[in-house]
Order: sequence, then structure tokens, then C-alpha cells
Amino acid sequence: MTTPPLTQRPRRLFTTNHNTLAKNYLLLALIAVITGTLLSLLMRLHRTWPDLAFPIHGIIRPEDYLALVTMHGTLMVFFVLTVVPQSAFPNLVLAAQIGSDRMAFPRLNAAAFWITALSLLTLLAAFFVPEGAPISGWTSYPPLSALAAAGPGQATGMDLWLIAITLFCLAAVLSSINFLATIAVCRAQGLTWTRLPLTVWSWLVSSGLTVIAFSALFIAAALLLADRHFGTSFFLPAGMVINGIPQALGSKAWGTGSPMLWLHLFWFFGHPEVYITILPGMGLASSILANFTRRPVPAYRMMIIATLLIGVLGLGVWGHHMFVSGMNPYAGTAFGLTTIAISVPSSAEVLTWLVMLFRGRMQLTTPMLFTLGFLSFFIAGGLTGPILAQPALDAYLHNTFFIVAHFHLVMAMAGVFSIFAGIYYWYPLLTGRRMNELLGKIHFWISLVAAYGTFFPMHLSGLAGEPRHYAQLAGPVESFTRLIPVERGITWSAFLLAAAQLIFLFNLFWSARRGTPASPNPWRATTLEWSPLPHPTVTSRPYEYGPAAGQSGDFHPQWEPEKPF
Amino acid sequence: MNWLPTNGALHGVALDHLLAWNLAVIVGLCIAAHVLIVAAFLFRRARKSESPVASRTRANLRPHLLFEFVILIALTALYLGMDITGHKLWAAIREQPGSAQPIQVEVTGVQFQWYFRYPGPDAIYGATKPGLVSAPTGNPLGLDPADPHSADDIVSAILILPAGQPVNITLRSQDVIHGFFVPGMRLKQDAIPGMDGDLQFTPTTPGDYVILCSQVCGLGHSRMQAGLRVVPQAEFEKWLAAREQSILNTNAARGAQ
Repeated sequence: MTTPPLTQRPRRLFTTNHNTLAKNYLLLALIAVITGTLLSLLMRLHRTWPDLAFPIHGIIRPEDYLALVTMHGTLMVFFVLTVVPQSAFPNLVLAAQIGSDRMAFPRLNAAAFWITALSLLTLLAAFFVPEGAPISGWTSYPPLSALAAAGPGQATGMDLWLIAITLFCLAAVLSSINFLATIAVCRAQGLTWTRLPLTVWSWLVSSGLTVIAFSALFIAAALLLADRHFGTSFFLPAGMVINGIPQALGSKAWGTGSPMLWLHLFWFFGHPEVYITILPGMGLASSILANFTRRPVPAYRMMIIATLLIGVLGLGVWGHHMFVSGMNPYAGTAFGLTTIAISVPSSAEVLTWLVMLFRGRMQLTTPMLFTLGFLSFFIAGGLTGPILAQPALDAYLHNTFFIVAHFHLVMAMAGVFSIFAGIYYWYPLLTGRRMNELLGKIHFWISLVAAYGTFFPMHLSGLAGEPRHYAQLAGPVESFTRLIPVERGITWSAFLLAAAQLIFLFNLFWSARRGTPASPNPWRATTLEWSPLPHPTVTSRPYEYGPAAGQSGDFHPQWEPEKPF
Repeated sequence: MNWLPTNGALHGVALDHLLAWNLAVIVGLCIAAHVLIVAAFLFRRARKSESPVASRTRANLRPHLLFEFVILIALTALYLGMDITGHKLWAAIREQPGSAQPIQVEVTGVQFQWYFRYPGPDAIYGATKPGLVSAPTGNPLGLDPADPHSADDIVSAILILPAGQPVNITLRSQDVIHGFFVPGMRLKQDAIPGMDGDLQFTPTTPGDYVILCSQVCGLGHSRMQAGLRVVPQAEFEKWLAAREQSILNTNAARGAQ
């Protein structure tokens, strides 16, 4: 092995190579997901055994619990569920899938990674400042998030949170601009819009959503920072009294804002964000199901239309997070209807996947198993959507554990299982080797059972009326007493779920050196990330699987010219 | 449905019924989808390989797509049906004007306490001033003594309501956003500082119910609880009269000083 000359070292660190950036993003997400998981285990421990004292820290105080909730949510939503499908995976395969060896804006793309890394460091620093991390949850509703006096962690910790989010928004928008431009101009010759893999269509829509949604959050976070430090009051009304002290700072015009503005801006980001995290997984599910049933994606054009519709409608449903905010009840009715509308294209995609299961011969590889898991969670978590879309029913279930169950199944577990499917599937591109299949299957089955064991019972806690963000099941609520065994079961299951991930971590690092060397196209796939040629000319559709007359083999890769017969 | 807390509100009967059939429908759909997944999983080897086709993308698609579109139209109809029935209940709870003479109560969220104010015989809430807020001296809401309407206002730490009477709640917050949540009344709305929330309901069953905070509001969020006691009409009037008398006595004592 030769050591590169010193002058080249900074270049290797600040590389613009998108494959290296993909690895960097994966490493960053790994740090975030390990931290976020440990925080959630601390929450479970505290909820089950409230008097348990931890070494160094001691007992978890109520403000500590809320800090754990806030940081767990922020780490998982932004640095895991957004970073992996919307930053790591497109850096790994987007250019290759469109037959390009470069991105449109490589420096912009690299800058986005370093801003994301800075954002993560800023966020994690909040644990180490006086009073600790912020306590207002990942939604950070003002005035709690606007006034340092409103609670511990709401001073420096909250500032760091807001700076981290501002940086993250900037990075997300920059990298999405690069993806959009790359899809627009870097496609290989012959790769028309109806020859693109559905993953590329997903990244097109999710990148468009990212530019719109993260811009809204960027503005919201910047305005909130201004309210905190520059005497403005975008989100602050007059007449607030904190701890007996009237809040009336600054000029006469102070106190003319409303927290409702934050709710609208935040959820205008927050709901498209859900689709940003899950759309790439939906595209990947179509590709993997086609690959491992050896049949094309049926209704390919309808899948494109469904993806576009989800993107467009996804911008008009944010009010369903605000049914109980005191918003005009007629607005509730309207947002209920748009939410029902978005469940139609989502259902269309699910039905197509179900149809795909019955065509061809299913090959139960690890990526396929995780895709089936994704499908199961997407259905189980998605079906509570039409219930929560009804303002009348949501008014009871809002901010209870029913919601926690809903989004942990449809967003977190479906998202994470799709991430696992992607990592097992694309691992040969990262290392030239395959991950161990047996370990992968053990990892899948334990995770599937433990994830349902953790999140399914939360529906019952929610029906009983248990609110989220409660450090303990306190008080004389008669329906809560029967939840104590349920809570204990959830905790054990959460620990099993976390433990199963050790198998994955072992497999991830062990296979990089000891895994079976992979052939150039190990899954016998059709899409261009597996192409041995650098600049192929494309003449065929993306999912040409199955036996065809006049052709040998049961698939036709996009990089091979069509054989006349 | 016995997972839900006991319902004590008029609209809660319809809400519980709606929730029950909605849950039954989605559990049914979820089971049906999983039966399909498990069937495809179990019987994957039974299928024979198909003969080669002229075009992969168009081969044998008709029956599959027909199945898909029929189910999709049925699902759309079902979702719309859920939305319409849900909307009817929402309209009944929120969109229609309440009864002519409901009982008026103002609910104020303060870190980490709920306060309830009855406007008294004049039926008008007296003015409050942030500068006068002082829980230790018994004026947690900052009632302004200069406003004659505030003299007969009753401020309570427990919410007492008569059974069978419509109630109109004015929802306020003094500091951060709180969530007024009464599981037993199937009632939840955020109290947003700077805004007056408006909420109507009719408690029907006498008993004690818990009031929680459902919007994270700071370190005391999980212990921000209060009680709702629903009592027969006569008992409510007796309680209200007694509180009114004690306020008049206090005011008189203050005036004498």
C-alpha cells in the first residue's frame, strides 16, 4: 500500500466524490441513529422504572426526560430518516442510476455534507451547555421555544437547536438543488423520463419537496432566533406572564405576533418532510420487488403519477397536524379532505406492490425481506391515517400515544426497514462484497417482531388517552392503571429491537472485510447503478425482468442494447 | 372499546361509536393485506415459471390491473365515507352555533396549573392585566379590581359543571401553549397565548374526570392536572351560590379595611 503524498490529503478529506460523500453521510447517520436509540432506551427505562438512578447523572428529572424526547426526535427525523434516504442513498446511486459518473454541482454537494456535519455537532453540543438540551420537543412550539425563562434548556440549548436546524435546512436545500439539476441534465443518452427507475422519480419529487419545505423551516427558525435575540415578536403575543413576570420587552410594537404562525410554517415543512423521508423508500420498494420477483413493475406510469400526486398533495395537508390548535373548524374540514385525497395515491402504490408479490417467483433475499417488512409497516401505520384525518376523531387521539404508534410505524419503522433494504441491496457498491445473508435474515426477523412489539401496543395506550411527552403515567386516570403491564412489555420489546441492531452493526463492518466478494451485478438487476460501462446508451425500460421471447436469461439490463429478434 | 376511559359527554357516545367502526374497518383492511403478503410468501414456490412473453412490460397485466383499480375505487369510496361521517360529527361538535344560554367558563392554562373562572351574575368576565398576576396573593389570573365586572368573578382550581347543561368554554393561556384535554369528555383543544379558544360540550354523567395537559409546556407538563366534577344541577347551583357569597364577603372585608 502506498501513502498518498501530503498535498493530496486535504483533497481526500474535502472530497467532491459523491460515493465518498455517501459513505460520509452513512457514517454521520450511524452516529445519529446510535445516539437517538440510546436516548429512546433511557426514556423507556425511566417510564418503566422511574426511580432508577443512572451512574454519573442520577435520576432522570422531568426536564431531562423532555430533553431526551426532543433530541431523540430531532436526531431521528433529520439526521437518520432524512439524511439516509435523501442524502446518502442519492449520493451513492442517483448519478449511476442515470448513467452519469458525476453530479451537476459537486462542490455544492460536498458543501452540503459539511454543513450537515456541522449541524449535527451543533445539535449534540446542546447536551453539554448549562441547563442542557432543549425540552420543547422536535416541533419546538413558541412561546416555550421563544422564551429562555419558559424552562430549563430553553436558553443556550434552544439556541443551539435552532442554529443546528437552520444549518440542516441550508444543507438540505443545497443538496436537493444538486440532485434536481443532476436528474435534469446528467441523464445518459436515451434515458428518457419514462425509462427512469422509480427511485429517480422519487428523488425528483422528494428533492423538489425539500427545496420548498426546508425553505419554510429555514425561515421559521431564523424568525424564531430573531424573536429570541433581536427584539422581534413574530411568534409572540402581548400579555404573557412567565413565572409571575410579565413579558413585555422591546418596542411598543412588541407582542403583535402569534404562535399560530409557527405552527403553520412548521407543519408546512413538517408534513412534506414525512414524504421526503418515505418517497425514496417507496421507489426503492418498487425496484426491489421487481428485482426479486423477476417481473417488471406493473402500471409503471401510474406509479410515476402516484409519486407526483403524493408530492403535490403533500404540500396541502399540513393543517391536519393542527385540528386541535383552535384553527377555524372549517379549515379542519378542508384539511381532512385533502388528507383523505392523499391516501388514494398512497393506496394505489400499496396495491401495485401487493400485485407484484403474486407475479413471478419471489426470492427471499435479505433486501426483499426488509422490503416486505417496509410494506407491512407502511400498511399497518398508514391505515390509521384515514382515522386521524377526521378532525372529530383526531380531537381525541391527537398528542396521545396513538399518534406515536402511527408515525413510528408509517414513518420510522417503514423508513428504517427501507433503509436496511437499501443498505443490504447496495452494499456491494460500497465495498465490493455482500453482507452475510444468514445474519441479515436473523436481523430481519427479530427486528420485525420487536418493532411490532414496541409500537403496536402504543395504539392501546393512545386509545386509553395517555398523552405523549409524559415522563410518567401520573395521576388518577382510571384507564391508565391497566397500561402499566403494556408499558413494561413495550420497554422489553424496545430493548430487543435495539439489541437486534447489534447483529446488523456486526454484519456491516465484518462483511466489509470478510464478506463474499460480489460479482459486478450480484442481484441480476436491470438498473444502471450495476452497469459495468461508464457511459451507456439506454434503449429499454427500467424493469425488464422475466423470460422474454428471443432472449436468453430472465432480465434485460438498461445498459445492454436491445437485441433484435 | 373498553380501552377508552368512561365517557361522560353527550357527543362522546357518537364519537366512541364512530371510532369503533373506523377501527374495525382498518383492522379488517390491515388483516386482509397481511393475509395477501403471507400467502404470497408461503406459496412462492408453488407457482410454475411462465412461458416467455413478447413484451415483458405488457405481459399478463390485464387481470392484475383490473384487480388493482377495482380495489382502489372501493378504497377511495371507503375513505370518502369515513371522511363524510367524520365530518358530520365534527360539524355537530364544532361548526354549529351552540345553545342559546350555555354555562360560561373560562379555562386558563398557566405553567403548570389549570384555572377556571365563572363570570358571576353579571355574565361578563372582568378585565385582567398581566402586571396584576400574582398566584401567591390569590390573584393567579391578574383580575383588575378597577373593572366592576371582575368583582363577582369566581376563580377555581377545580372545574365543577352541572350534568345535562351545555357548556361554553373560553380557552386561554397565560404563558406557553397548553393542551386542554379531558379524556372522559372526549375533549381536546390547545390554549394558545394571545388567542381566545372556543369550545362547546355537554357533560351528561355525574362523576369525577381528570383534566390533563396534552401539549408539552415545560418541565411540569406531565403533572399539569386538574379535576372536573360533574354534579346534578341543584348541587351546582348551591356550590356556585356559596362561592359567590364568599367572594362578596371577601370584597366587603377588603372594602372595610
